[in-house]
Amino acid sequence: MAKKKFVVGCFDDEAVLFPAVKKVRTAGYKLHDIYTPFAVHGLDHAMGLRETSLHTAGFFYGITGTTTALSCITWIFTKDWPLNIGGKPHFALPAWIPICFELTVLFAAVGMVLTFCYLCQLAPFVKKHHFHARATDDLFVMVIECTDKTNTDDLRAFLSNSGALETDLQIAEADWWVGSYDKDEVPFENKKEIAA
Amino acid sequence: MASLKQQFEIPGNLKTWAYALIAVGLVAFLAGFFKSGLSKDEHEQAIFLGTIMYNTIFWTLVCNAAMFFICFTTLAMGGWQQSFRRIPEAISTMVPIFGSITFVVLLYVVFSGKHDIYHWLDTAAVDKDPILKGKSGFLNLKFFVFWTTLAIALWSILGYRMRQLSSEADIQAFDNVSGAKFIFQNTVRASMFIAWFGLTVGSTIPWLWMMSITPHWYSTMYSWYTFMSSLVSGMSLIALWVIYMKNKGYLEYTNQEHLHDIGKFMFAFSIFWTYLWFSQYMLIWYANIPEETVYFKSRVQGAYKGIFFFNLIINFLCPLLILMKKDAKRNYTLVTFMAVLILFGHWIDFYQMVMGSISKDYVTLGWLDFGILSLFVGLMILFVAKALASKNLIPKYHPFLKESIIHHT
Repeated sequence: MAKKKFVVGCFDDEAVLFPAVKKVRTAGYKLHDIYTPFAVHGLDHAMGLRETSLHTAGFFYGITGTTTALSCITWIFTKDWPLNIGGKPHFALPAWIPICFELTVLFAAVGMVLTFCYLCQLAPFVKKHHFHARATDDLFVMVIECTDKTNTDDLRAFLSNSGALETDLQIAEADWWVGSYDKDEVPFENKKEIAA
Repeated sequence: MASLKQQFEIPGNLKTWAYALIAVGLVAFLAGFFKSGLSKDEHEQAIFLGTIMYNTIFWTLVCNAAMFFICFTTLAMGGWQQSFRRIPEAISTMVPIFGSITFVVLLYVVFSGKHDIYHWLDTAAVDKDPILKGKSGFLNLKFFVFWTTLAIALWSILGYRMRQLSSEADIQAFDNVSGAKFIFQNTVRASMFIAWFGLTVGSTIPWLWMMSITPHWYSTMYSWYTFMSSLVSGMSLIALWVIYMKNKGYLEYTNQEHLHDIGKFMFAFSIFWTYLWFSQYMLIWYANIPEETVYFKSRVQGAYKGIFFFNLIINFLCPLLILMKKDAKRNYTLVTFMAVLILFGHWIDFYQMVMGSISKDYVTLGWLDFGILSLFVGLMILFVAKALASKNLIPKYHPFLKESIIHHT
């Protein structure tokens, strides 16, 4: 929980955004994130993000599910409560495979959704700072993290030269926190103006 | 565009390999013919014919799966396959060739007057057998010959019409109107092929050609199972040819992104094949009805036990564990290895499907099987290379080609 200083640049065109990302990275600024209204193909490569390891996590959730199902049914049907079902052996592997499969899918799916939400910092009852409301509508919002030494005016001018429609300086919480939008500080200060 | 290498020149060593494989295959065929084919023992004869039969059926269906790939991607309005579509097209030119071999072999089997492979040909036995009598509307000589002829002829013709249309993309650029018309014609011809494919490979042909070797047994899953076997092998064959052509410096527009998607098909359909394998197996295992378990008796508990489960390991566990990672599907070496493994695995699968019924008591896998396999591989290499050389390698005026060039997985 630490407040940080951010410079925000808003773009309305992918074709402008991509060269701007490249320029910002070559200039050595630290990209905090880019918020886009839709998934932009190739932006992760342009930003230099590493490949996600979500699928590796998914694999491990999956084999956890398989192991759980297999060991659970094996224990129940061979040790705890052996039943004669249609004269089949107690250890009736073919009959259990559908269940093992289902539990694999269930563990992998639920685990991956929760991990995904954690990585994206999404959850009920938690809050995250919005840098620009139109990031959910039609603007590509590039957020650059500043250090003490960053000359923010230079940076804003640099972004404008790279094609940003508007730039902004914000001091905001970088992480998520417990709270709700209707009780905490109003996220969009100009809310009343829009209503009026 | 001018720098594209459109003309494939068949390298000398590829031809040498092809001829060598064909020569080995012919020697094996002749040796098998004199040793078993002319044998007094009818069982030996049946083994010889069965060996040729499963090989020729396997390769016909695999090459036909390449045309199926073209057709279903066309119907799905796919653009990504355009940069290498001439490869599956070239593979599908094998359908008339292997189809004719299959046709001759099957007609020889049904007209030879022996009933060791197809028991239902024995009319005297069928009359006494209420189960076979009930099936005689489907399992009879006339329908077998009629449907086999029609199936092979229509696969060849409809596939030829599809390839013929594809050649139009070499001549001149389309404008909006002629381009839309071209795409529409493609979908029409692809749907015709797929409708016929569903009626044959998707249902009746595997029942007729292979399941009827054990005429008392039936499984509605069997055709899909066979079809998936051939589709996975077909995708692997396409992958092998794509990688070969890339290694020789052709197919400039095809890259890792396309390989990744071919790898996905190999991975996904391997899983689907296993799903069908298991569904067929588990229902019969669970019900445990003698007339259904007869098929699995020789395979799960008899001589074919080893092959049956080995088959499951290389066709399911290996693709599952090795092809699961994204990096593996984008790695040329690993995809080559897996493609060879999958082709071999499904060839073994066809082997046990056919020979497990013809020779129930002992496994016949030996020099004859590998010899006949090399005959078919040699023919496949030779004729696919010739088909590739006869056409431009990239359909450069295809309306969807750009989609393939910028393809990103």
